[in-house]
Amino acid sequence: MAQISRSAHPPHSGGLRLIVNGEQGVYEAVTDLTDLVLALGLDPRKVAIELNLAIVPRSLYGDTAPRDGDRIEIVHFIGGG
Amino acid sequence: MDGSLPVDDDTWTVAGRTFRSRLIVGTGKYKDYAVNAAAAEAAGAEMVTVALRRVNLSDPSQPMLADYVKPDRFTYLPNTAGCFTGEEAVRTLRLAREAGGWDLVKLEVLSRDKTLYPDMEETLRALKLLFVEGFQVMVYCSDDPVYARKLEDAGAAAIMPLGSLIGSGLGIQNRLNIHLIVEAAKVPVVVDAGVGTASDAAVAMELGCDAVLMNTAIAEARDPIRMARAMKHAVIAGREAFLAGRMPRRMYADASSPMSGLI
Repeated sequence: MAQISRSAHPPHSGGLRLIVNGEQGVYEAVTDLTDLVLALGLDPRKVAIELNLAIVPRSLYGDTAPRDGDRIEIVHFIGGG
Repeated sequence: MDGSLPVDDDTWTVAGRTFRSRLIVGTGKYKDYAVNAAAAEAAGAEMVTVALRRVNLSDPSQPMLADYVKPDRFTYLPNTAGCFTGEEAVRTLRLAREAGGWDLVKLEVLSRDKTLYPDMEETLRALKLLFVEGFQVMVYCSDDPVYARKLEDAGAAAIMPLGSLIGSGLGIQNRLNIHLIVEAAKVPVVVDAGVGTASDAAVAMELGCDAVLMNTAIAEARDPIRMARAMKHAVIAGREAFLAGRMPRRMYADASSPMSGLI
């Protein structure tokens, strides 16, 4: 399981600095989007991901390596009218 | 028609998908997803609207809509609630298409004021952007027959005029306009927003709409599941009345009992 540290001022480390859903975080041992989704405790089948404003198809999560500073949105369906 | 279960054969089709239920329900404002799912079942709905939002990173274990209102039971109709421009709507629905794997969507581009009235200029622009991307777009709109035609010309899969303001429960404020839209449209017309109680839904169907979409009328009823059932019956009743063809309106009385043979 990847290590996650989220805070306004993440400690400096060798981890990956990502902005996920507007929150800065440092992610250890995350090499691709599957790692990231699982590290966040989410089910990859129930979310959609945007990486720097581009949709990433679910089939490519395992082949997509986020880079330092990337902005990622992870969304799902909720109740609405 | 022999009178035996006529409604079962009475289907409607939007963007190539055929439905028996003419009641589309929202999934917002419910006490919890369990009540929501029970209400959708009681309504006999086959299609539900859903919103797309960021997952809650601080509590990934919170209940998920899809675990209750299951996408294999209900056709999800992702909306663009919260989008105020065409670009925002396109971005949201691209994500929805990836999350759900389908392209049937509900476009709503609202004004940023207390009416939440559809911004029709921006709605039409957003529709054109979505159409180019291959979406099948059901469009929430004002009850303006001219804009309804423009939406249809721009490729809308369904026209969804308001009965009255979102969440207002004030029923259908302009029956004439809804009638004019129904009369002119070649795509399905769905009254979306404004239904407050069962008779409002029946009126929409009596006007010849193909379906009714509602959320608050069920979610905010004291007993949502019972109201969902009431709405199901109202939609069926209104549809049947429309198909049956109502009697003409008369200014004066016309006695039902014959005057001949009086003692």
